[in-house]
Amino acid sequence: MSHCAAVSEPPRAGEAAGDIATHQRVAIVGMPNTGKSTFFNRLTGARARIGNWPGVTVDLLSARVLLGGDVVEVVDLPGAYDLHGYSDDERVVRHFLERNRVNLIVVIAGATQLDRQLALPLQLKDLGLPMVLLLNMQDEAQKLGIQIETAVLTRELGIPVVLMSAKYGLGYANATRALEQALRGTSPRQADSAALAADDSLEARLEDLVYKGVHVPVQLSEGLTARLDRALLHPWLGLPLFLVAMWLVFQAVYTVGTPLQDGVAWVLEQIKVGLLEPVTAAAPAPLRSFLLDGLYDGVGTVASFLPILLLFFLLMGLVEDSGYLARAAFLMDAFMARLGLDGRSFVMQLMGFGCNVPALMGTRVMRSRGLRLLTMLTIPFSLCSARLQVFVFLTAAIFSPRTAPLALFSLYLLSFAVSFLTAFLYRRRLVNDEPLLLELPPYRAPTLRQMGLRAWQEVSHFLRKATAFIVLGVVLVWFLTHYPFDAIPAGPATLAGRLADWAQPVFAPLGFDSLLSVSLLFGFVAKEVVLGAMAVIYGAGEGSLSGIMAERLDPLQAYSFMLFVLLYTPCLSTVATLRQESRSWGFTALAVAWPLAVAWLASFAFYQGARALLGT
Amino acid sequence: MRSVGPYPMTLDALPILQAATIDQVEGADPVAVRMRAMGLRSGREVMVVRRSRLGGPLQIRVGSTDLIIRPREARLIRIRLSR
Repeated sequence: MSHCAAVSEPPRAGEAAGDIATHQRVAIVGMPNTGKSTFFNRLTGARARIGNWPGVTVDLLSARVLLGGDVVEVVDLPGAYDLHGYSDDERVVRHFLERNRVNLIVVIAGATQLDRQLALPLQLKDLGLPMVLLLNMQDEAQKLGIQIETAVLTRELGIPVVLMSAKYGLGYANATRALEQALRGTSPRQADSAALAADDSLEARLEDLVYKGVHVPVQLSEGLTARLDRALLHPWLGLPLFLVAMWLVFQAVYTVGTPLQDGVAWVLEQIKVGLLEPVTAAAPAPLRSFLLDGLYDGVGTVASFLPILLLFFLLMGLVEDSGYLARAAFLMDAFMARLGLDGRSFVMQLMGFGCNVPALMGTRVMRSRGLRLLTMLTIPFSLCSARLQVFVFLTAAIFSPRTAPLALFSLYLLSFAVSFLTAFLYRRRLVNDEPLLLELPPYRAPTLRQMGLRAWQEVSHFLRKATAFIVLGVVLVWFLTHYPFDAIPAGPATLAGRLADWAQPVFAPLGFDSLLSVSLLFGFVAKEVVLGAMAVIYGAGEGSLSGIMAERLDPLQAYSFMLFVLLYTPCLSTVATLRQESRSWGFTALAVAWPLAVAWLASFAFYQGARALLGT
Repeated sequence: MRSVGPYPMTLDALPILQAATIDQVEGADPVAVRMRAMGLRSGREVMVVRRSRLGGPLQIRVGSTDLIIRPREARLIRIRLSR
């Protein structure tokens, strides 16, 4: 899901449509799996940002770069097989080209699959805009013995054609030079949208072009992909191998990330004790408490979770870019079809383990509204990294080192189970009428640079999106737990204490103490606030919080609490995305209410059942 | 399986790793358009690489592209066995 994890920002004045005349604009177009985003990243560095565009309801990545001495705005359009608007992503490309002026279209095509990928430049040529064709993955084509006559393609298409490898940078200088030359003397123009209609002669033109310019060896050499697939797509071993791979990813995040997290927390504590406390000694007590116990402790607790997030995106990027996720769709499709979903829904659920927001956006590739909504209803049950933070902390604080990973693993299983149950229950109301037709790309080893850049992009998008939420949430919690200022912090006399009393009848049967239930109310803002909220509510830094939790909660209460956090109403960014993507308040209300009901029932059943079984 | 030649056959029945030529893609428009965009056009060589369990999708190869397709849609693709 190369289209980033961000909730839409409101359009800024003059951002998209207003300042057309002042700079040049380049649109990057290509089919999925052609390395389009890799090229975009190489061209723009990590400077891309999200923008809104006329005619397009989704966010697109764009960046300004210097090309041939001019500032050029480069826009990365979603992957599209053609311009007829079969999927939402394809409609986005089409509407963008219809409504926005561009100087140049850059088409990226995979050099190993030109027999069908050349169809896209053939269609785009009719738009009447200047165009450059970049044939990516030159290295792979060479390995397969595919010969490409760029001179012939240039002549036949009437546009510059350049071979390159965006991943390794091979031919990249030629590519940018071709872009600069093609841009020279152009002015932003509107595409001729009549050309976007279906074209019957396309197939004959495509065949002719491929026959003249591309020479594929009769038998493609048996590659590494075929050998890997024999094991990874094995009828019986495939799925267990996939689950083991995912388990290793989560295990690596847990074992490598937790010490890093502790390290960050330790450094933050040293800064607080050694620097901030003496410096603020003269300030009035409420202000000092606000700065140190509210802002610093709360935000610091969340900041210590960044290493885990970075690690997660790094490893998930590896799994995704390698081509393995399409295999998961193949393996899981038979099962998912029985739930009214398809293999892609499973992949989106897995993406949701990083963050629900990009996973929800990823459902745009689905054409059937029923399938899309049903998948969107299941994604918020995916145990996202924000929830993982809460669980890692609580399991470490309350369970023994031997049982903590088991408790965590059971939550993962439950996350799947509830997703599947939800799909099963709603499959007749949200009906999937879309056939599964999916490309299985060859395995690719992503480079370190590529992975690092992507992980950094994801984390920085997350930070930009979440920071305001988190600060606001933490400040709100601090205020509720410290006002009136003469009361004992988080005591019964404060606003939080009164709120807890009010909520007590609802949460007491689940085994939550009244303070704990307050932190839940703020978890609705963002799940990553839960820990920050607990630190503030219990008046503790990260270090002492685990001690307090261990005293206050027994394992049954802790597990019941984690069940609730796993299942209840998704965070605000997820709700915003659900609304934005479904464009239906009714569906959004269902997607908020259903998880809340499931969470309460699950925690209630677990807590009361376990208490009854243990006779306590 | 069945005889070589212009015998009516659809892709879902093609034995694994047996080369065939696409005769015609049937079916309602959006599905057929998508199939064509992904390279499933008449006259092209196609083969089934593997099948998944429990009536799940097929992995097929058209030219140098591998695709995942369910048996129900594979049934829309009429083929001839290649010599």
